[in-house]
Amino acid sequence: MTSRPAPDPVFAFELNGETVTVSAPAHHTLLELLRYRQGLTGTKQGCDKGDCGACTVLLDGSPVLSCLTLAVTVAGRAVTTIEGLGAEHRRAEGRPHPVQEAFDRSGALQCGFCQPGMLLSSAALLRKNPSPTADEVRAALSGNLCRCTGYAQIIEAVLRAAAVERGEDPPAPAWSIEPRDEEP
Amino acid sequence: MLRMPRFEVSCPESLPEALALLAESELDTRVMAGGTDLLVALKNRLEVPQRVVSLARVGGLDHVTEQEGSLAIGARVTLAQLGASDLVRRLAPALGEAARSVASPQVRQVATIGGNALLSTRCRYYNQSHFWRKALGFCLKKDGTLCHVVEGGKKCVAAASGDTAPALLTLGARVTLESQHGVRALPLLDLYRNDGIANTVLRPDELLTELVVPAQRPGHRGAYEKLRVREAIDYPLLGVAVRLDVDPDSAVVTDVDVVLTALQAKPRRVARIDSLIVGVPIHGEAFEAAAAQLGLRARDQCHPVANVPGDPEYRRKLVPVLVRRALLRAAGAA
Ligand SMILES: Cc1cc2nc3c(=O)[nH]c(=O)nc-3n(C[C@H](O)[C@H](O)[C@H](O)COP(=O)(O)OP(=O)(O)OC[C@H]3O[C@@H](n4cnc5c(N)ncnc54)[C@H](O)[C@@H]3O)c2cc1C
Ligand code: SF4
Ligand code: FES
Ligand code: FES
Repeated sequence: MTSRPAPDPVFAFELNGETVTVSAPAHHTLLELLRYRQGLTGTKQGCDKGDCGACTVLLDGSPVLSCLTLAVTVAGRAVTTIEGLGAEHRRAEGRPHPVQEAFDRSGALQCGFCQPGMLLSSAALLRKNPSPTADEVRAALSGNLCRCTGYAQIIEAVLRAAAVERGEDPPAPAWSIEPRDEEP
Repeated sequence: MLRMPRFEVSCPESLPEALALLAESELDTRVMAGGTDLLVALKNRLEVPQRVVSLARVGGLDHVTEQEGSLAIGARVTLAQLGASDLVRRLAPALGEAARSVASPQVRQVATIGGNALLSTRCRYYNQSHFWRKALGFCLKKDGTLCHVVEGGKKCVAAASGDTAPALLTLGARVTLESQHGVRALPLLDLYRNDGIANTVLRPDELLTELVVPAQRPGHRGAYEKLRVREAIDYPLLGVAVRLDVDPDSAVVTDVDVVLTALQAKPRRVARIDSLIVGVPIHGEAFEAAAAQLGLRARDQCHPVANVPGDPEYRRKLVPVLVRRALLRAAGAA
């Protein structure tokens, strides 16, 4: 006997602050839903099997891997992608998220493929712990691989964002040989 | 991109509803808790079920509670929760260390203790994409007739790879398995079989609902050491959990347990070690010497094969190193 496949489930969830109702096949991941149904390509598809962290999104505020999350299981929950992280802050304060600004200032990227995941993991860390140590930053980003930067500037950027948010001077960059501009 | 085969998903809201779904036998069904292992298996076509039953909405499986020193842990408690739990840190330190050593923060956020305890065995020739396995030739564990690890082998020797199992075994943990036919509670050790293909006695209609860590003795200490290539993300190439019971007054070892993982299909308890260390005070050179001796005895009982990455001889040489480190750390001497 051949059975017809069940119709695609329809469900609602909060995507970057807005409630959306979507339909997605039961066997699709959240990553497939975001990239191929919602057109939000900021979330990167790297290994697609949990190893790299490029697909990191925030689920109810905590970093998870969208490639290992079944789309239907986010029904009723809140998902933040990189598109939403900046937007949330621009709306609230008229500027990018502090970690985005700091990654820019510290030159914490080369190809940029890891960056959406890095930024979301960093933002979640700073929300929980506004004064992390360098080791706490390393631990929080240990599920996000970067093939380019060697991580030094990324760690520095997160410490910088934390310091700026606390209203303190950012720590001196470890790698710069030139005197740097004053903070704007 | 790794697409999954088509399947249905059911999200039962209660335990009886979940057990009823598992009792129906028309659809080939798999249980999903955090999904961090199952989804990779689906992507690699290691599992091709018609239906996935998600435990995400089943209530009553996410407690961590203490009763007179004994810990009850719901199967859906995440490794992030366990790793951050003060109760676990105090009553079962090795379990907390093991939970914190699994995978990455994003994975631990959703990965559950039940899924970790029930993790399938792993092998460098099995945990690969369908394309990869087809190119090499399938093996006994899935779709094939031979073993790539043991030439001429008729039995799969894939490695137990969950980090929490060895810690739970040193703590004497018990598990509760439930189905529509009833409840059975068994020592965790009896959940496991030394068979790389069917490494647990869990039936397809059963759910693991709870783990219980009995009250430890006063002076309980524990630690977990893990060999891996990177300090994050990687599975164990060798895992060592130890329990040391120390007399609170005299600081002398009264009991010891050492369990190794990532060697064979079932975590392995090291035998005949009491005489090496029981009666030795934990502070001082005698303890260091005893820990080193115990490490060598553990090594003599291990015969790693090329089932997981890492040269087997290297993994064997690291057995005494990790055992010694774990014992010294548990004793508070390192
Ligand atoms: C990149 C990566 C790295 C990893 N590194 C490690 C590591 O270092 N150490 C390690 O131990 N693991 C590792 N894992 C594997 C996995 O993430 C963990 O073992 C995790 O704890 C599995 O839990 P889960 O809830 O996600 O399991 P799931 O994937 O949901 O389930 C795993 C298995 O258990 C069954 N199952 C789950 N819960 C129940 C239940 N309550 N009753 C009956 N059956 C059940 C499922 O059917 C399935 O067969 C890694 C995974 C990835 C993707
Ligand atoms: S041990 Fe042999 S049979 Fe088992 S998964 Fe590895 S290659 Fe396959
Ligand atoms: S794409 Fe999800 S972890 Fe690599
Ligand atoms: S900047 Fe290229 S991977 Fe990180």
